[in-house]
Amino acid sequence: MPNYEPRSAERTAQIIREHQGLEGPLLPILHALQEEFGYIDEAAEPLIAHALNITRAEVHGVITFYHDFRRAPAGRHVLKLCRAESCQAVGADQLAAQTEARLGITLGNTTPDGRITVEPVYCLGLCSVSPSAMIDGKVVARLDTEKLDNLLAEVDR
Amino acid sequence: MSALRIFVPGDAAAVACGADDIATAIASSAAKRKIAVEVVRNGSRGMHWLEPMIEVATAKGRIAYGPVEITDVESVLDAMIAGGGDHKLRIGVPEEHPFLKKQTRLTFARCGIVDPRSLDDYKTNDGYKGLAKALANPGRIVEEVTQSGLRGRGGAGFPTGIKWKTVADTKANRKYVVCNADEGDSGTFADRMIMEGDPFVLIEGMTIAAIAVGATKGYVYIRSEYPHAAATMDAAIAAARRGGLLGKRVADSPFAFDMEVRVGAGAYVCGEETSLLDSLEGKRGLVRAKPPLPAHKGLFGLPTIINNVLSFASVPIIMERGGAFYRDFGMGKSRGTMPIQLAGNIKYGGLFETPFGVSLGELVDDIGGGTRSGRPVRAVQVGGPLGAYFPRALFDTPFDYEAFAAREGLIGHGGIVVFDDSVDMAKQARFAMEFCAVESCGKCTPCRIGSTRGMEVIDRIIRDDNRAANLALLEDLCHTLKFGSLCALGGFTPYPVMSALNHFPEDFGATPRLQAAE
Repeated sequence: MPNYEPRSAERTAQIIREHQGLEGPLLPILHALQEEFGYIDEAAEPLIAHALNITRAEVHGVITFYHDFRRAPAGRHVLKLCRAESCQAVGADQLAAQTEARLGITLGNTTPDGRITVEPVYCLGLCSVSPSAMIDGKVVARLDTEKLDNLLAEVDR
Repeated sequence: MSALRIFVPGDAAAVACGADDIATAIASSAAKRKIAVEVVRNGSRGMHWLEPMIEVATAKGRIAYGPVEITDVESVLDAMIAGGGDHKLRIGVPEEHPFLKKQTRLTFARCGIVDPRSLDDYKTNDGYKGLAKALANPGRIVEEVTQSGLRGRGGAGFPTGIKWKTVADTKANRKYVVCNADEGDSGTFADRMIMEGDPFVLIEGMTIAAIAVGATKGYVYIRSEYPHAAATMDAAIAAARRGGLLGKRVADSPFAFDMEVRVGAGAYVCGEETSLLDSLEGKRGLVRAKPPLPAHKGLFGLPTIINNVLSFASVPIIMERGGAFYRDFGMGKSRGTMPIQLAGNIKYGGLFETPFGVSLGELVDDIGGGTRSGRPVRAVQVGGPLGAYFPRALFDTPFDYEAFAAREGLIGHGGIVVFDDSVDMAKQARFAMEFCAVESCGKCTPCRIGSTRGMEVIDRIIRDDNRAANLALLEDLCHTLKFGSLCALGGFTPYPVMSALNHFPEDFGATPRLQAAE
């Protein structure tokens, strides 16, 4: 389970400064902020815009364009279920339905207790050992009903 | 006595099957037994149904065992200590396995064999011989690559030599080499395997490209779904820099070149080259209109070589052995070898590198062994989410850019996803439109809006709502997408849709008009 720092303006400014010298620094900055705080707070947008001399709209546009960037904290665990063709060919749809039924949420959402966020992902590149998923950054393959149940049970604790 | 060398793949596919736990268990068991063991985290050999496949170095060569479960570790270790002895999971010498023996490994020659983080290992296995040849005669690089017949392995199949010549002929104070490692197609993992199993071959290929065109800076744009690949590339780049193979004087030559990894953020469209360049610049990944070509105005408006991982990774051997050596493999205008990826519902899934020309049926039935579920193969999708679905009737199609195009399909990045007879092709066609709608960058109308309208039309066809008119509408819509979209996302989405409709009309209900047309 990842541990994130509480958000702070100083730390945000520091992260921006650390990456500002790169060519095309915006994505590295956003990745670094999300890694530090778990999400990218709206309050960071004007700071980034000012530092990079671009508009706040441009920063906002980039954050919202990419699926990876979060604008609010995720659950304590994050499960990414692969929903692409290779995994579909070996039962990914059933695994998604099983997950939704067990957690009582649809894909793309977080359980009300903040325990787990489940997201679809379109390919983890583990297509020869489908179906696959990623839980808290750890890859798992050859999933079946039982393996998925065990994964969900682990994060239950 | 020197330490027993045991190879446990660090490849993400092996890790996803438990390789990390196996590596830890081997180390702790060896410590308990008080024997010296060196665990090497190699790449994968590509026989993924056997992962985790672990190997031991013996006097008679490496002996493999797999698929190893955590409960097998003690007994496999016994067999390994006995010099590669018998065990129910013993595979034998990997190179003798029919799946590997039938391959021609040029791009993947070292993958699974070397320690991916060891520059020395790379060098002792023929690494950097291509660069040495390139440095001996930099003026010949473009010619050699052109002669090899190498075409862009990302999917478009554009001749690599011509692209490089355009960049070489464009005057600028600064040029870039960008590697497209945004391998987003379902059913593909060859780029990932190279980056995790033999990253130096990519570094060497990009370095040769830079020298050929006078570029000084390189970027590898890796998708965020590949954290293992990014970590291995980072380590290899640092090692190459320490070894004097990147930096102000590459291998003590007058050429300067350095590179770094950049991580994407989950946008499929960033695998399109101009969208990738915008993303690298820190913008939304919007597709650019061409011209100008990236070769003229690429990253930050400067001349840029942008190629796929496999294209760059094929260059060192082309330089080492000569363009003619590479060109002599293959068929028609598809020269050399293609690392083909067998995926989905397949018995023997993995990486199979072979000269162009092998038939689809051979790949799926003979090499891949049919489905994992044991049910009949009904359809295969070749070339990712934008590739066509092929029925068994077209299994005689040879793996070749033109042969697939002639049958309204594409080989793309070389991924083959197998489906058994439980597949619903109308659902797959709808998914193709849905995927396009989710991943569209939004710049051009046919892709942005056409994909959503496409889902709705397919829904109506499935509901049997005014079927004939909606089928005609879908065909018309696909025509608009194909010819009106700015890039391959909108432009190729009709391939899976129309192939599903044409080859499997029964899944869309009775469609006499299309059946008659077939």
